[in-house]
Amino acid sequence: MNATAKILTYELQDVLRSRGVIAYAVFFLLLTEALLQFGSSTASVLLSLMNVVLLLLPLVSLVFGTMYLYNARDFVELLLSQPIRRPHLFGGLYLGLAVPLATGFLAGTCLPFLWHGVEAASHAQTLLVLALTGTALTFIFVALAFLIAVRFEDKARGLGVALVVWLFLAVLYDGLVLLALHMFANYPLETPALVLTLLNPVDLARVLLLLQVDISALMGYTGAVFERFFGSLFGVGVASAALLVWLAVPLFFGLRRFNRKDF
Amino acid sequence: MIPVSSHTLSIDGLHKRFGALHVLRGIDMQFEPGSVTAILGHNGSGKTTLIKTILGLVKPDAGRLFFDGQKLSADAAYRARIGYMPQIARFPENLTGTELLAMLKDLRGNPAALDEELLGAFALKNELAKPLRTLSGGTRQKVSAVIAFLFQPSFIILDEPTAGLDPVASRVLKDKIIDEREKGTTFVLTSHLLSEVEELADRIVFLLDGQIRFAGTATDLKATTGHPELERAIAHLMTEAAA
Repeated sequence: MNATAKILTYELQDVLRSRGVIAYAVFFLLLTEALLQFGSSTASVLLSLMNVVLLLLPLVSLVFGTMYLYNARDFVELLLSQPIRRPHLFGGLYLGLAVPLATGFLAGTCLPFLWHGVEAASHAQTLLVLALTGTALTFIFVALAFLIAVRFEDKARGLGVALVVWLFLAVLYDGLVLLALHMFANYPLETPALVLTLLNPVDLARVLLLLQVDISALMGYTGAVFERFFGSLFGVGVASAALLVWLAVPLFFGLRRFNRKDF
Repeated sequence: MIPVSSHTLSIDGLHKRFGALHVLRGIDMQFEPGSVTAILGHNGSGKTTLIKTILGLVKPDAGRLFFDGQKLSADAAYRARIGYMPQIARFPENLTGTELLAMLKDLRGNPAALDEELLGAFALKNELAKPLRTLSGGTRQKVSAVIAFLFQPSFIILDEPTAGLDPVASRVLKDKIIDEREKGTTFVLTSHLLSEVEELADRIVFLLDGQIRFAGTATDLKATTGHPELERAIAHLMTEAAA
């Protein structure tokens, strides 16, 4: 077993013992269960879950990720005085948080559907897309959190930056895009709108999810363009590639910084 | 006696800055196999930075380090031959001592040759079952010392090893250092206790503002400063620098 895998197993033990991840899974479990108990239809339950995934999941991943790396400093120093290479340690730490967070999310959202069942096959497909985008967002935002935590020495500052990043990507970006689309409403905006969507992982996830619930009609002509683009195999490929870029870039710069950092 | 292969560390023109602070300004030094070198200097003179550079925890701005003739690089394998006891023992809080030791052994590929003498000498067996966060500062220091010696390294770095240890434990650790030195292990230690330095160290290196102000034996130091006591000799170096 290589060093990354070993560190991953120790981190898993440590993360599970800190109970934060368990609370996170239980939160999703209770939320989904409550929605299924009291919600009118499976479609509306899925729609509510989407909003939570798009807003809350990036926030939790960012805050958890930054705090976790700051708190792991002693562990990092201890392991770096052992014959362990920095990239292996970084990989172990990253997977040690991202994997349990993603698992917690998946277990919390999917388990209640197991005993409640889904009404239609299309709902099962929506649930699958929800699970996949949620997992992708978890890995992306933990990577961003790690980049922030290795970049900023000060814990309070790092946490502040993480919150600003969340606010921008999950809340402000949409408003700015809408404002831009409104201002340039007289021009053909389909391509710029597509590009702007690709530039934000939360928006990308939102579009992928909304296309599942047939409310893209509400988005007007742009929605139709989106549906045609993201509905095609090519579009799904581009969207997946964009999400991968969103994962790879922060990880690359985070690791580069981690390799050069003084402890 | 177990034969211990020895490694000499040599440091060549080492510089390190933290922002505007020039912490190490051209350090050149060699460590002979089977010797004990004490690095002295007031707080903030660069002792810990120098140690962390040897471990690769701090990346130098300029200069080269050779461990056993090999230039230090991103490859971490050389650290298998180094034992390190940091100034403040900090561990993953949720682990117990037993789990921590098992983890370190596992990460090093469970080597057969282990030196667990200090575990018994410090009577740590009962403490190891508890989570590390519940242990007292001194007990953590003991765990840290056990880890430094555990893998029979040929080069051991001790950053203020006896600070925080009770007199009995302190004696145990010093005897261990003397024993291992006899077997050929090379030591680097920092300390503010000059009696300890005088007892253990073959060589004293005095750091001042990131430069080596003096390097030699305690006898040399006393002779050059003209003070028969080590404490006064060191004080002489410090005041001379201030003047």
